[in-house]
Amino acid sequence: MLDLESLAKSFRGTAAVSGISFSLGQGEVLGFLGQNGAGKSTTMRMIAGVLEPDAGDARILGHSIISARRDAQKLIGYLPEGAPLYADMTPIGFLRFLADTHGLSGPDRRSAIDRVIADARIASVTHQPISTLSKGYKRRVGLAGAILHDPPVLLLDEPTDGLDPVQKRAVRALIARMAPEKAILISTHTLEEVPAMCSRVIVVDRGMVVADSTPDDLAASQPGGLEQAFIQLASDMSDNSA
Amino acid sequence: MMRELANLWTGVRAAWRREVFAFFATPLAYVFIAIFLIVLGVFTWDLSRFFDTGAADLGPFFYWHPWLYLLFMPALAMRLWSDETSAGTSELLLALPVSLPGLVIGKLLAAWTVAAAALILTFPWWITANILGPADNAAIALSYFVSLIMAGAYLGVGACISALTRSPVLAFVCGVIIAFLLTAAGWPLVTGAIADVFGTAAGDSIATFSFLTHFETAQRGVLELRGLAFYLGFIALCIVLNTIFVSHRRSGVQ
Repeated sequence: MLDLESLAKSFRGTAAVSGISFSLGQGEVLGFLGQNGAGKSTTMRMIAGVLEPDAGDARILGHSIISARRDAQKLIGYLPEGAPLYADMTPIGFLRFLADTHGLSGPDRRSAIDRVIADARIASVTHQPISTLSKGYKRRVGLAGAILHDPPVLLLDEPTDGLDPVQKRAVRALIARMAPEKAILISTHTLEEVPAMCSRVIVVDRGMVVADSTPDDLAASQPGGLEQAFIQLASDMSDNSA
Repeated sequence: MMRELANLWTGVRAAWRREVFAFFATPLAYVFIAIFLIVLGVFTWDLSRFFDTGAADLGPFFYWHPWLYLLFMPALAMRLWSDETSAGTSELLLALPVSLPGLVIGKLLAAWTVAAAALILTFPWWITANILGPADNAAIALSYFVSLIMAGAYLGVGACISALTRSPVLAFVCGVIIAFLLTAAGWPLVTGAIADVFGTAAGDSIATFSFLTHFETAQRGVLELRGLAFYLGFIALCIVLNTIFVSHRRSGVQ
């Protein structure tokens, strides 16, 4: 469903992403791991069509994000880092705006909005200004916006950041519920969440893929489990580049 | 072609609804309209001595439009794109499967809607002119129409500048400076000075690029197609530049 072909991006001569390639199929939930500045968010922005790659391509169900951007974007649900929202709107107003941009109208629009309000559990705050919502609710409103048009590919940049344990569990349950029908790419710093949410893990460092495995296999590669494996991969890359 | 137009319309409608809501959900639009009406009223009444002339002529009222627009329209447009940048919502917009020109046009139309509302609320001046005597209502209607089109050109400048910065204040200041240049280029004081230094032809050439010059023709009750084409062409240019400025964000260069 999602194919990355040697995706690359530089900012002012500094490589942020250096030829990342992988494929993601239906039913896969991919944990996209890496240190700060490893290139996770830049990669997700390129897949979402927010940034233009310097080289390579991302294909969503065969649609190139470069040559058929709008067709590709219709198939993507994207939750950007920090879940930016319009503070002056209410969640219902925000979802109606997104429904407009996706060309949803009439009963389809109503049922899509009702569905995501229930899925993201934001029914109690739908008419409250977004500026007054807690960080957790804001993130859930962003998530509701990302899944509004029921896209086959989901890109979630730190979806559980700032959520309390109960909210995290609810988001994990929602991802698990959607997983069989979709290809989901999740960027996260919270390593303990990975085995609970993801069926596959890719670790990136300095814009390159340094590991592509299952959470269990990656955890088994080091005595200290997933965290130790992650630290080891990052330090290996530092040693190699030194 | 039809698919592109449908996409454009989707973007226009979504952005217009969102921005009109944003204007009227906060005191911004109401404060803007109130201050505009007060300042225009004071200028027309006090500085132009509207009632002293006793004539059924709205010339003193329309005279101030370009000079007020150069301050008020950049204020209305300053946050159209700068807020998106500072709040990070431009990332959300760029990830949506909508036409970028559609979003640009929708935002501009939303600000234009507020400007139109402000202009409509000046109707007591029109009624007053008719009370004072037999007014040339066709000429007044024409002046209103061209004034509204001219407001769009000023908003186009403001929206363009707003797409270049994350600071609404900076967008406002730069917008006012550019709007001032586009207005003053037709001011007799400026055209006279240019004509003295570079010759009459240079003064006339500079004046043809001024918002003031084309509006003065309309104030005389003449609908000059050249003037209308100038404003509409300028607005189209602003839309194109605005679209380029926003789409440039995809390159990742700030």
